[in-house]
Amino acid sequence: MNISSSFKRIILTELFLPLTLLTIGIYHGLMQVIYRAGIIHQNSFAGLNYYQGLTLHGVINALVLTTFFAVAFGHVTVAHYLKKEPPRLSYRVSLWLMLIGTVMDAYAMLTGKAQALYTFYAPLKDSPVFYIGTALLIVGSWVAFGGWIKTYLQWEKANPATRMPLAILGTFVNFTIWVVCTLPAAYSTLVLLTPWAAGWVEKVNVPLTRMLFWMFGHALVYFWLLPAYIMYYTILPKLAGGKLYSENAGRLAFLLFLILSVPVGVHHQFSEPVFTPGTKLFMAILTFGVALPSFMTAFTIAASLEHAGRKKGAKGYLGWMLHLPYFRSDNFLFGYLICGMILFIFGGLSGIVNASYSLNAMVHNTAWIPGHFHMTVAGPVFLSIIGMSLLLYGKLSGKTIRFKALATVVPYMWMLGMVFFSHGLMAGGLMGEPRRTNLGMTYTNPDSPLYNQHWVPTTTSTLIGGIIMSTAALLYFISFFATAFSKKTEPAVLALPESEPLHMEKPVAILNNLKPWLAVMGVLILFAYIPALNSVFKYSVPVKGQYQIDSPVPEAPPKKKDQTSAGPKASMTAPARSPATAKIDTTPFDSQAIRQTAMLTASSPAEKSGARPRPPHQKGGSDTPLRHPLSC
Amino acid sequence: MNKYETRIILLAGSTLSIFLFALLFNAFSRKIDVPSCVPYNRRFEQPTLKQVDDKTYELYMVAQMWSFAPEEIQIPAGSTVDLYLSSKDVVHGFNIVDKVVNLMAIPGAVNKTTLHFDKAGVYRIVCHEYCGVGHQNMLGKIRVQ
Repeated sequence: MNISSSFKRIILTELFLPLTLLTIGIYHGLMQVIYRAGIIHQNSFAGLNYYQGLTLHGVINALVLTTFFAVAFGHVTVAHYLKKEPPRLSYRVSLWLMLIGTVMDAYAMLTGKAQALYTFYAPLKDSPVFYIGTALLIVGSWVAFGGWIKTYLQWEKANPATRMPLAILGTFVNFTIWVVCTLPAAYSTLVLLTPWAAGWVEKVNVPLTRMLFWMFGHALVYFWLLPAYIMYYTILPKLAGGKLYSENAGRLAFLLFLILSVPVGVHHQFSEPVFTPGTKLFMAILTFGVALPSFMTAFTIAASLEHAGRKKGAKGYLGWMLHLPYFRSDNFLFGYLICGMILFIFGGLSGIVNASYSLNAMVHNTAWIPGHFHMTVAGPVFLSIIGMSLLLYGKLSGKTIRFKALATVVPYMWMLGMVFFSHGLMAGGLMGEPRRTNLGMTYTNPDSPLYNQHWVPTTTSTLIGGIIMSTAALLYFISFFATAFSKKTEPAVLALPESEPLHMEKPVAILNNLKPWLAVMGVLILFAYIPALNSVFKYSVPVKGQYQIDSPVPEAPPKKKDQTSAGPKASMTAPARSPATAKIDTTPFDSQAIRQTAMLTASSPAEKSGARPRPPHQKGGSDTPLRHPLSC
Repeated sequence: MNKYETRIILLAGSTLSIFLFALLFNAFSRKIDVPSCVPYNRRFEQPTLKQVDDKTYELYMVAQMWSFAPEEIQIPAGSTVDLYLSSKDVVHGFNIVDKVVNLMAIPGAVNKTTLHFDKAGVYRIVCHEYCGVGHQNMLGKIRVQ
């Protein structure tokens, strides 16, 4: 269909901008595998330190790229299936809010004001600019959803007999999950953390912010994943030359995601205090439940692909796998979707390991975790995002895609790189290799007393994979930017490939009505989170102190600045980034410097002498004996 | 939905049920469980190792930027240790390499688990949650003799 030029410009911006930022995200991904493999034993490289790079990598790749794409793809899906553009005000306001939020985040991260990674765990402190920027990015995406709801209600009135198209159902389910799960995140950032970071509130309840973060954080992964699922159901069968095996199965899968993707967040917190084993077990069971729609999708899509293969003359049980349009530059999107699906088989199975309650202790926060989620978010999610972005950008701008041959091999190369990358991380993780750690400074540095030779082969495998993946990304960027900066050659159109269902199925009433599912969603969230919230208040207390990443001494709240300026804090934190970091910078490994800083903390007047490490076996001495704590 | 569709749902459901049974069996029968929780009290921020009897210890461990206190612990082989873990400043991780003990140290909360050390050796404790620029230096040791 033809679309207005303002709507077109908005979508093109929403595709172009995050892909431009992605160059920074990918660069930092590459740097991390280099640091971790012990190739460089440094704190920072080219002016940005490891953890700043990791913050940029996480926020750009996992929040900015995915949110912008979900909105852009939603615009396209709504306009394509409902044959009508969403209201102009909604898509404009949405883009502006997301843009302002992204600029604020980028400013905070690049100037070092936000270095607490994308999970921003308090009491590490980020600048309020980062918290507000992130909230604006999210609110911008809500506004877009508001516009689609209006468009849909108009469409429903005009077409009372037609049921909601599958792609629209997927989009609406996705954004409903998104709105629900971002509410706790917005509460945590705007109500709890921003006043705290600004110095208006002294204390923060850390377990509460963590619970709210993961209530958002796990549903977030489905927000990344569902656009890819929409493509698997409504586009992939067509690209493969077949038909969708069952449309009702697709509807059921989306609706199961709706009810189960929010009340599972505590499965990221099995190793934490505060929640009772009962809460943890309940969410583990629900997490197993949310694996079900993915098993169904694997079956339905494989059946659709088998149908396509057999139509082209495939024989035997598995012959259809060889009769699919791999490596075809006129059908390059197929490669992006199929490679993502193959990676997701392993990403999904490793996810079940993570969800497995006590088994999680084997892998929690080790390198296994990034090994797992790179096969989901950097598998189907990332590949479908970049493949679809290239296709849509070409069509919407009326430009011919340049270097198509390069763009065609990208997903296969990416998948090959991922084999080495994820294998290295997961194998290392099973041997205790920690995630989010600049291993090159200590654990993979032969000169350090912390050196662990078992983690050298695994980080090397990760390095090889990372280099292959970065090369694939480079090829993609060549094709994308060459296309974006070329001349218009044909009229711009908004069109999506559309697969037909294989059989005409009887409509099932319960699959066409969102209301009962929304009710179940609400009930499950209450059942899961009321006990969790109850435990938070029963077993934890708010704590004082805000911490910069480079000093173990808490920052004084702004109003009391004058009193404490003579203390150790002033000499260490002030523009502390320089002194403390510089110390570590100059000497690649200097545990002495770190130890000194730690000593300073212990001897600071604020601390009790009991905080110093004691020699083993020393009895409590003058300390009053501890009451035997109650177990829960 | 056709018969194959129904079968795949049943098959996937029963596979997950088997997994779930394995988890429940381990939690209830073999006592392999997630850490439990203890109400917070400021005294948990004082690092101590207390001997309860011959082979039983209570260890009050405190994570801080960027070390564990007590930094090194010595206990005889065959000991059982009740571990209480908290943090003095930011969120830290606590993972004993090659031993399935994996905990988070959270300020304002206390984590609790029980460990058994049968084999002698040096067990390294790695902080596996990002806690600032010195995160990669944060290592503790348990010496089992």
